[in-house]
Amino acid sequence: MRGLFRYALRRLGFYLLAAWGAITLNFFLPRMMPGDPVSTLFGRFEGRMNPAALDRLQELLGYGEGNIFSQYVEYLQSLFHGELGTSIAYFPEPVSEVIQSGMAWTLLLAGTAVLISFLIGSLLGALAAWNRGGKLDNWAPAIFALIGAFPYFWLAMLASYLFAFQLEWFPIRHAYGANVEPGWTWAFVDSVVSHLFLPALTMVLASLAGWMLMMRSTMIQVLGQESISYARARGISERRVFLHYAVRNAILPSLTSFGMALGFVVSGALLTEIIFSYPGEGYLLIQAVQAQDYPLLQGLFLAITLSVLAANYLVDLLTAVFDPRTRS
Amino acid sequence: MRKTRSPMRRLLQGIWQNRKARAGAVLVLGFSLIALIGPWLVGDPQSFDAVPLSPPSLSHWFGTTGQGQDVLAQTVYGSRQTLFVAFVTGLGVVLLGALMGGIGGFLGGWVDDAISVLINIFLVMPGLPLMVILAAWLPSGPTTMIGVLIATGWAWNARVLRSKVLSLRKMDFVNAAIVSGEPALSVLFREILPNMLSLLMTSLIGATVYAIGAQVGLEFIGLGDPSSVTWGTNLYWARNDSALLMGAWWTFIPAGLAIALVGFGLTLLNFGIDEVTNPRLRSEREWRKAVGAHIGDGPETVVLPNA
Repeated sequence: MRGLFRYALRRLGFYLLAAWGAITLNFFLPRMMPGDPVSTLFGRFEGRMNPAALDRLQELLGYGEGNIFSQYVEYLQSLFHGELGTSIAYFPEPVSEVIQSGMAWTLLLAGTAVLISFLIGSLLGALAAWNRGGKLDNWAPAIFALIGAFPYFWLAMLASYLFAFQLEWFPIRHAYGANVEPGWTWAFVDSVVSHLFLPALTMVLASLAGWMLMMRSTMIQVLGQESISYARARGISERRVFLHYAVRNAILPSLTSFGMALGFVVSGALLTEIIFSYPGEGYLLIQAVQAQDYPLLQGLFLAITLSVLAANYLVDLLTAVFDPRTRS
Repeated sequence: MRKTRSPMRRLLQGIWQNRKARAGAVLVLGFSLIALIGPWLVGDPQSFDAVPLSPPSLSHWFGTTGQGQDVLAQTVYGSRQTLFVAFVTGLGVVLLGALMGGIGGFLGGWVDDAISVLINIFLVMPGLPLMVILAAWLPSGPTTMIGVLIATGWAWNARVLRSKVLSLRKMDFVNAAIVSGEPALSVLFREILPNMLSLLMTSLIGATVYAIGAQVGLEFIGLGDPSSVTWGTNLYWARNDSALLMGAWWTFIPAGLAIALVGFGLTLLNFGIDEVTNPRLRSEREWRKAVGAHIGDGPETVVLPNA
């Protein structure tokens, strides 16, 4: 218990350091730049924004009162209160609310994709190891090398072109149709699933190989152990040896990595969302880039990075509770 | 590993004799050649004189873009900056990684602790948002691109190279050099680094593959210089000119295929180097390379004698 507590503190220190690094970068980056992008930005919004909001924006981007140190302290204070300024692309929404609106969709898309990829990939990896030198085992590396050579977003673009634009099997953009009202109705759920399918599928295809490789490696190790030979010698059915003796023992490292993948779930779907105009954090990110919405951009960077850090910390703790060996 | 007079030359000869590596090298060299001399053989990629979005024909072999530019000329011109940025970034990532990892692994103590924490911080930060925010604030252009890609990509390499330096550090010939009074930096650069040449080489190739993917991705979401001609900006314009909606597949297929062929060539080269330097682990490495370097530290597979 004591060891666990000390481990938790040490990891907390590490993640706090990383978070401080991200926040400080976020603070200094706009201040180090030559004034150009920001002053043109102010020019564009003079008159459209109320003066108080404009002041807040200037403060946030480094044109506030006082020296840089007092600005830094002020910046940290407003961050602590969850204040990220006002979005320009979604004016007059505050940045924090814009970011919140995308979080649920990002978690839904990336979470679904990670879970499915983990399940299918691990199963395929286990089967490849079970029939070592078989068709699956021989062909999978070549196929994955081919898929892996293309940039992920290009494959997603191709899939969107073929299956959404040309064949019209799936909707082209957004998370649900314009003709349904959000709510727990069958029509809404159906619309959400059909919008989710293609983006999730491309993510699964792109990440499947990693899970397959990992499961295959540990599975080969486990299959070489004497407990497997013993189980077979006892006349236990092959199916039972596969599931209860081999897979059950081999799944542990994959489960650990599954936890790690969950830690990165918020940042995992950014490009996918951009391709499919799926209204999560990635879609907001490109909106911010295109509209030169620097407050939203800054806010998104912080929100994504900090949630990834927090999720990783949580996963570290869970791993330490379940597997004491990781604490050292 | 044995010390010879020219380990580099021996490695290069071995690579050329390996079939996979040779195929990969031919692909990569071929595209480099296109990047070097191709722009003189095709027309102006920026002229708007053709009919927009016309499919491939005799006058425009790869068709035209939404603004009436020749896709073939754009693809050929695009290779120049894309490959230049990729190779420079790859080199930068490996140099920075070798420097940080080498110094950390070699010196140990608090220096190593500090460097390790820094490496781990960069590894746990999600890469894309960091790249996006850096690229959004800095003035767009190849220099920014290279800087951003090195800043966000060095940590993985540093970690791999550090652990290799750490293991070589314990070898007898290194201890012998230290005892004989060779200065620390000289031991690192003359004894340790030359003995991990193949790892440095595969790291360089891996970093170049990363650089192509990340660069094209950033340009695709509009964070490059949209007025330059690169494979990434070609894809950016293909998407922005509603090529998908118009069914103009020829505007995005060539750039994607070119990226994939260069990437595939580099991967083949990496397979080959692995086969030359480490034949025992062949099949396992192929899996790893096919999947990319981003897999966590899973347990190493025991190579079964009867497999």
